[in-house]
Amino acid sequence: MTPVNHAVEIRDLHKCFGKLEVLKGIDFAVDPGQVVCVIGPSGSGKSTLLRCVNLLEQPTSGRVVVHGVELTDRDVDIDAARRGIGMVFQQFNLFPHMTVLQNVMISQRRVLKRGKAEAEKIARENLDKVGIGEKCDAYPAQLSGGQQQRVAIARALAMSPALMLFDEPTSALDPELVGDVLTVMRKLAEEGMTMLVVTHEMAFARDVADRVVFMDGGVIVEDGSAEQVIGAPQHERTKTFLRRVLDPTHTDI
Amino acid sequence: MTDQPTTTEPTPGGDAPAGSGLSPRKRQQISRAVQYVVLAAVAVFLALTIEWGELGKNFARLDVAEKTLPELFTIALKNTIIYSVGGFFFAFLLGLLFALMRMSSVRPYRWIAIAYIEIFRGLPALLIFLLILFLPLALSGFQVPGGTYGEGILGLTIVGSAYMAETLRAGLQAVPKGQMEAARSLGMSYTRAMVSIVIPQAVRIVIPPTTNQFVSLLKDSSLVLFLGVSGDYVELTKFGNDMASTHANATPILVVGVTYLLVTIPLGYLASRLEKRQAKGR
Repeated sequence: MTPVNHAVEIRDLHKCFGKLEVLKGIDFAVDPGQVVCVIGPSGSGKSTLLRCVNLLEQPTSGRVVVHGVELTDRDVDIDAARRGIGMVFQQFNLFPHMTVLQNVMISQRRVLKRGKAEAEKIARENLDKVGIGEKCDAYPAQLSGGQQQRVAIARALAMSPALMLFDEPTSALDPELVGDVLTVMRKLAEEGMTMLVVTHEMAFARDVADRVVFMDGGVIVEDGSAEQVIGAPQHERTKTFLRRVLDPTHTDI
Repeated sequence: MTDQPTTTEPTPGGDAPAGSGLSPRKRQQISRAVQYVVLAAVAVFLALTIEWGELGKNFARLDVAEKTLPELFTIALKNTIIYSVGGFFFAFLLGLLFALMRMSSVRPYRWIAIAYIEIFRGLPALLIFLLILFLPLALSGFQVPGGTYGEGILGLTIVGSAYMAETLRAGLQAVPKGQMEAARSLGMSYTRAMVSIVIPQAVRIVIPPTTNQFVSLLKDSSLVLFLGVSGDYVELTKFGNDMASTHANATPILVVGVTYLLVTIPLGYLASRLEKRQAKGR
């Protein structure tokens, strides 16, 4: 194994909230260009794992290395490291006091110190890419959930990240709006973006993911291709979870 | 009798106690009639007992009211606004500082902020003005910069900042955590995220309560009276008090009262409008 080549490398990651141990030793790596979907029941620690990758959660112990930079090093410049890691949240978290265009420009201007014209050009390119080009002057509250989430993706992309993290990006959306967001994500995957996606969308995982990781109880239970993990799960816990998700009307309760 | 639609259905919980025999609607009518009778009786009593002539001569003499002009506006109201706007401005800045200190990860900062807020919220505003009056005695040679204006504004700053700190802290904490997370995930530093993302939203959230705080500061500016101001530095209350003494008549007090209301009522109305608009926007 040559660790330098991994986009993300996680070694023996533990995370406790008080007495509750949410992550119980995660070892895991993502290669550049890979799309990895993390699935699992709620409370399994998958969102916490994702949030440890850009250190929104401080791991209790273990190593997180992204693009060869160890984020768990206490002296790391975390702001610099986060510039290369885009993140999309379940609740969109757009800045409500700014227009769509300003949302996508603010961190380019303030963090990357890009000029106004350049930042606006990049913002418009990315908004066009996610299909929101004509809503530049709207405020987030005027947009549907699906549109807001696509703006959030554009906002992250405007920073030219080498890795994108998605934390249940479609869970807060009305069912008919899920497709718009997933389409944008699929295009992104096809362009070769390295993506780590926590999701409940099994169809997306099956069609787009290079790898699917099943987590339960703070550990990785199964890790393999979509055909392996979703199509032919080996572990009982994976089978139970998939039965519940894929056939929710026939769940054993 | 009334043009209200009559319903035979009793209102919920309106089961008449046994023996009263009156429908809930009838009882409501009687209750309302009694209230009107009481009101009319009080009005008649007051009309007969008050000596209107005396009252008018003391509180509403037009010739005395006229003498308050134009200084009422050019000096007194102007100064009231200078004291309260100045006090509000510095109270806001100081309040923001203490709100941020209150939320700081450095423990002594939190202690200092808590101590300041608790002390100055717990003291009467008048006491603070008296303390300022004695400052030059306590610290010999100390002069509040800005002279009389400076002293008045300092007093109002201290009175206002403790409340402002708590309001702003509530506003800062009302900004969803996801906003800070989104900003940090885009590579912004904590300070940058605070300045560009969190504080602007917090300020918007606290506009209605701070408008009310401005009104209360405007009223507290009357305490400048106790700083022994005179001449060009008098604000409304001091001005009214002086004029009332000069003319041995209370009309100026009434005039000054109306002048306060000219400012405070629209502001109060504005605050509740803003509050409603914000409630809708969320």
